[in-house]
Amino acid sequence: MIRVQEQPFDPAAELAAFTAGRTDVGGTAVFLGRVRDRDGDLVIRAMTLEHYPGMTERMLERLEGEARRRWPLLDVLVIHRVGRMTPGEPIVLVATAAAHRRAAFEACEFLVDWLKTRAPFWKFEETPAGGRWVEARASDDEAAARWERPAAE
Amino acid sequence: MRVRYFAWLRQRTGVAEEEIELPPHVRTVGELARHLAARHPRFGEVLDSRGVVRFAVNREYAGPDTPVGPDDEVAFFPPVTGG
Repeated sequence: MIRVQEQPFDPAAELAAFTAGRTDVGGTAVFLGRVRDRDGDLVIRAMTLEHYPGMTERMLERLEGEARRRWPLLDVLVIHRVGRMTPGEPIVLVATAAAHRRAAFEACEFLVDWLKTRAPFWKFEETPAGGRWVEARASDDEAAARWERPAAE
Repeated sequence: MRVRYFAWLRQRTGVAEEEIELPPHVRTVGELARHLAARHPRFGEVLDSRGVVRFAVNREYAGPDTPVGPDDEVAFFPPVTGG
């Protein structure tokens, strides 16, 4: 399930609900991304996430579909917030449930890596010196490229 | 045609979205970008720094050679930074 929302979410409550009532899930892997209060020496007071409504959901749904094709997943949850948030607040939750840990771990990492490079979100940071748009990192592209595979497969 | 701008491209152009009349000679995303650069000089400056502007046509990633038509929604934005 994909959710893009302005409202804060409670990671513990979301996780409790994620596989509630299921007895076939042997392992759940989770990534929780939060707003940091600094980037190196630079203090970050707040962060605003902008996105492209409609395209964001479509891309995230496609990522979920791709993860389910690659691994035997029992369930997938992606929650991504948009709007303004302050340090410590959760931005993104990615959870994957499978019978065994390997599928859950790998699919979770895959989803986060591809989300960061394919879903149309943009971060704007407020610092004491003013605002700035976060630049894309080459290391994120490299992380995402690890999951590429030949079209023939 | 609807044109949308995101993140610092929105700030540079001063508009989030606009409806434009598509001139007959504009057939691709690249041609549209050059056409819009005349409308928004600061967008033109950005286009000259290659590789930092990404495109989408009807909410799918596109390239400069992707065809565009009057009923399309085209978006311009920087590389994404979510997660």
